[in-house]
Amino acid sequence: MSDTATALPQGDESQITGKSIRLEGVTKRYPGQTTPAVDGVTLEIPAGQVVMLVGPSGCGKTTTLKMINRLIEPTDGRIVLGDEDVTDIDGDQLRRRIGYVIQAGGLFPHMTVAQNIAIVPKMLGWDAQRIEERTTELLDLVSLDPDTYRDRYPKELSGGQQQRVGVARALAADPPVLLMDEPFGAVDPITRQRLQDELIRIQHELRKTIVIVTHDFDEAVKLGDWIVIFREGAQIVQYDTPERILAEPADEFVESFIGSGAGLKQLNLRRVRDVELREAVTARPGEAAADVLARVEQAKHGHAVILDERDRPIGWPSRRQLSRLTTLADAVDETTPIVGQDATLNDALDEMLVSSAGAAIVTGRRGVFVGVITVEVVMEAIRAVRDAAGDDIGGAPVGTNAEVTQDG
Amino acid sequence: MGEFLAGRFNEIAFASVQHLSLVAQSLVIATVIGVGVAALVYRNQAASSLANGVTAIGLTIPSFALIGLMVAPLGFGVTPAVVVVVFYAVLPILRNAVVGLAGVDPGVVESARGIGMSRFRTFWRVELPIAWPVILSGVRISGQMVMGVAAVAAFVLGPGLGGLIFQGLSRMGGAGSIESIVTAVVGVILLALVLDLVLVAIGRLTTPRGIRV
Repeated sequence: MSDTATALPQGDESQITGKSIRLEGVTKRYPGQTTPAVDGVTLEIPAGQVVMLVGPSGCGKTTTLKMINRLIEPTDGRIVLGDEDVTDIDGDQLRRRIGYVIQAGGLFPHMTVAQNIAIVPKMLGWDAQRIEERTTELLDLVSLDPDTYRDRYPKELSGGQQQRVGVARALAADPPVLLMDEPFGAVDPITRQRLQDELIRIQHELRKTIVIVTHDFDEAVKLGDWIVIFREGAQIVQYDTPERILAEPADEFVESFIGSGAGLKQLNLRRVRDVELREAVTARPGEAAADVLARVEQAKHGHAVILDERDRPIGWPSRRQLSRLTTLADAVDETTPIVGQDATLNDALDEMLVSSAGAAIVTGRRGVFVGVITVEVVMEAIRAVRDAAGDDIGGAPVGTNAEVTQDG
Repeated sequence: MGEFLAGRFNEIAFASVQHLSLVAQSLVIATVIGVGVAALVYRNQAASSLANGVTAIGLTIPSFALIGLMVAPLGFGVTPAVVVVVFYAVLPILRNAVVGLAGVDPGVVESARGIGMSRFRTFWRVELPIAWPVILSGVRISGQMVMGVAAVAAFVLGPGLGGLIFQGLSRMGGAGSIESIVTAVVGVILLALVLDLVLVAIGRLTTPRGIRV
């Protein structure tokens, strides 16, 4: 199956480790306030999918999220996790089964990274060895070297690293559901983009049910399988796939929320790994430039990709540059435009524009060269997204504020 | 002076140990009370203000007057001495504990609750350790302060170096009266320094590396 934001619960469902969540007429009324903060939300969150709750500040999206794990107790309504009604069970017990990540990670400053991660497993009574193994596994999962970071304290980590540990801690006891409240709000844009890509990769491996609150619509488009758009009082305006929200916003409120450049935003929906890449002439350092130039001309390409001994691209000389060289150097050219397979087409296009080559080199696992992406490929993908968005999709989950009548 | 010290060495040493013991034990009791009361009030703005008001007023009560008032209900000896020393020791600890607990990052508390730690566990494992350095600095202030208060305890025949001061004062002008007072005062100062060093050491040992400044 494709692993883009268009992923519907088709394909191999056995890999899904998440559980579905159902909110039934969930309401939160604070004493002394005339209008409820959250008004009768009924929302189906399909298992193994990423659902983004977006809306202006104060619209009740965070309250809705916190009612899923009952950090905020609903005034009214039911919460169903999988097949189990969890509205009345012990809140602490419930929360141990649901991962929770907040902005900046919310790590405990007086505990090491390993101690932070071990908290939930300890409460669940795991033995020391199992906790130790799990910690190593999780640090690997969030791309932090276990030996380097295990015994560090949060203040010795960067903001992005703290956020990664926060995710590792939330996943410690392998909960089926992960709730994230503005998880990437406190980091710089470059780190944010990296953490988002990382989350997509982790989700690709784990297939949890993830609910993320954000006020950043671009983030919602990038990460979400589904997007819920709220307005004040947690009124659901639209609950749909990112493609369809971009193509057919329900009303003016959604349009204004999407902002300008809806067409460009569609580039966030496609990942480099989803499009067909172009081949390239490859060469090794030490080869004669003239030979390589001959191969490039024969293939009617403009550039040759120089790979190091582990097949990672280190340079991308043009024909003109090749004609001036005698042998290929093994120095790494920092200006080479490189994007990972998990990058969005938007990121790829950005890289191309900066490099002015009209193309970028694509790398896969461990930075190994896999192909070249060009502007033409991106254009084709945009056309495909537009066409696909028109198609109606069956089996869309329910999301309303209306009273629902259900059997049982 | 040397003669005075040599002649009464045993008595002075005994009084010093008694004095330090009174202060140390009172500090332990005061820390438990101070942190306990702070735990009850720190979430509530009004209760916190009340606690701060009480500590501010409490510190203005002259210790000599308070210990005199304790004689009627508690009689003479160790009991009124401990009560008064604990009373004064609680005040800075309570104030610092409220400040320390209220200063814990709400995000940290929220994530503790969010991953399923109970209210009590969150307090014990997260909030208290994070607030601990601030609480401990309150304990140090208390330690310095009640060293002097403990000397007044001799007025109710309590233990410690205060006895030497009262002896000296009552025989003012007599042989060895000045020596007696000076010995007690210097002794109190030295004990205060020793106690502070001990508290600093305890602070080093009990503060996790992650929140040491």
